[in-house]
Amino acid sequence: MNIVVCVKQVPDTWAEKRLDPSDKTLDRDSADAVMNELDEYAVEEALRLKEKHGGEVIVLSMGPDKAVETIRKALSMGADRAVHLVDDALSGSDAVQTSYALAQALSTLQWDLVMLGSESTDAKMSVVPAMLAERLGRPQLSFANKVEISDGTVRIERLTDVGHDVVQGPLPAVVSVVEKINEPRYPSFKGIMAAKKKPLETLSAADAGSEPSRVGLANAPCTVEDFAVRPPRQAGTIVQDEGDGGHKLVEFLASQKFV
Amino acid sequence: MSKILVLVDHTDGTPKKVTLELLTKARMLGEPAAVFVGQGYANAKDRLAEYGAATVYVAEGSEYDAYVVAPKAEVLARVVADTSPAAVFVPSTPEGKEVAARLAIKIGSGVITDAVDVRDGFVCEQSVFGGATIVQSKVAQGVPVITIRPNSTAPEPAPASPTEERVTVELPESATLVQVVDRVVEKKGARPELSEAAVVVSGGRGVGGAENFGVIERLADSLGAAVGASRAATDAGWYPHQYQVGQTGQTVSPQLYIACGISGAIQHRAGMQTSKTIVAVNKDPEAPIFELVDFGIVGDLFAVVPQATEEIEKRKG
Repeated sequence: MNIVVCVKQVPDTWAEKRLDPSDKTLDRDSADAVMNELDEYAVEEALRLKEKHGGEVIVLSMGPDKAVETIRKALSMGADRAVHLVDDALSGSDAVQTSYALAQALSTLQWDLVMLGSESTDAKMSVVPAMLAERLGRPQLSFANKVEISDGTVRIERLTDVGHDVVQGPLPAVVSVVEKINEPRYPSFKGIMAAKKKPLETLSAADAGSEPSRVGLANAPCTVEDFAVRPPRQAGTIVQDEGDGGHKLVEFLASQKFV
Repeated sequence: MSKILVLVDHTDGTPKKVTLELLTKARMLGEPAAVFVGQGYANAKDRLAEYGAATVYVAEGSEYDAYVVAPKAEVLARVVADTSPAAVFVPSTPEGKEVAARLAIKIGSGVITDAVDVRDGFVCEQSVFGGATIVQSKVAQGVPVITIRPNSTAPEPAPASPTEERVTVELPESATLVQVVDRVVEKKGARPELSEAAVVVSGGRGVGGAENFGVIERLADSLGAAVGASRAATDAGWYPHQYQVGQTGQTVSPQLYIACGISGAIQHRAGMQTSKTIVAVNKDPEAPIFELVDFGIVGDLFAVVPQATEEIEKRKG
């Protein structure tokens, strides 16, 4: 079974992020870059499925040159090879455009499963898995907390507000995973060394079948008109508990009409 | 006036509060038209009229519930094609965002998610990077598809007599690929859903263990609140993962957020910073959560929280 795992390089989860005033896109240089945390779970799950069912795990990432670091990490965890979709023409693409470019690139690869994190920690839209499924005309098995494959069917536990739904669809399929599906492995020293020798193919937007008019900031179907850094909240009242903290808390809540 | 389609989010037909919020917002910008997909329309009818739906498009049937997400996008795409609306509003829930995503691809539109406000010309305000930055954005191609966060608009009744139109969509194979085999409800009880609760009480590292979360739950119940947890608490297994508030969990924006034993790292702030009123109880006076609060108490949560719960119960009589 061949699995393509889509990974995205994002600013560190714990870092302050900002927009670049010149083009109103995420300033990717202002914070350390890491693999989108939820994608690590997707890589791990793909490796586990491969261990069980055989086949190949291919990493696909769209991003600037620097995204190679994230690709290497996935390879050092154990993925077999990688495809890096890198092109200035793709810069500034939004989710609709990204899903287009990824779907086009996926059509150049052989796969039974496409796996990815359920959202990126920078944009937090969590729409790309659904968009990919729609574009590819394949099952959307998203927000998976558990993935099982048998007889050409993928069955997942899809997290919901109140618990989970058990849902299933036929291969090939698109699967997005949530945190807690597994515990991602740390790359071993051997894995890191091996990753340096693994095949890494670079594709331009045109190589991967994207029409230039359908990608990039200038063609984006959404535009950022303006942005501002939120002013810090006004300093609140802070009191030391002297045995009546609970009462003071309720007095405050009552003054705001919450009680 | 141009129609604005609002996808009805409901449980067995009963509309969720966010639906009423979206109808209210749609009324400010155009003519609200509700789109009901699924079963139990009889439970929705009066509420949708009460909150001003001028038209209701009803796609009622078990086939729309039997498959994941795609049927709702199919129905919306059909109604968009038939009515050429000015915009489509969808609740910004995990599933709502997926419906919007698929719809946008189907109709060749741009999509904006997580709007906290929508103004004239469908300029959307979003609160990004955990509330640190406010962005004004617009859909520049096609019919704007916009998902709006719960608690963004106060729902206001405006009784109307909606025109009802039945919609039947022959679902294509691509919309019936993912079958729902079972629905498991893990959460029982009267607490509101975390994503749309008006009040959220959360516990963090300071709670110290799963057995102590009862203290948090009792305060929540006294306020009719949802319970949340920081990543430290969910990672430690003290509280189920789906209640995690933060950058890798849920984003909430309630009227009141009470953080108990939560230091307030960026990871957590990203999920709650846009709450209207923030209260914290923490032993550490240096905890960053105190930079955000309207009211903070430096003290032991095991003393302060039960005392507050008791006082609230007393006041309620």
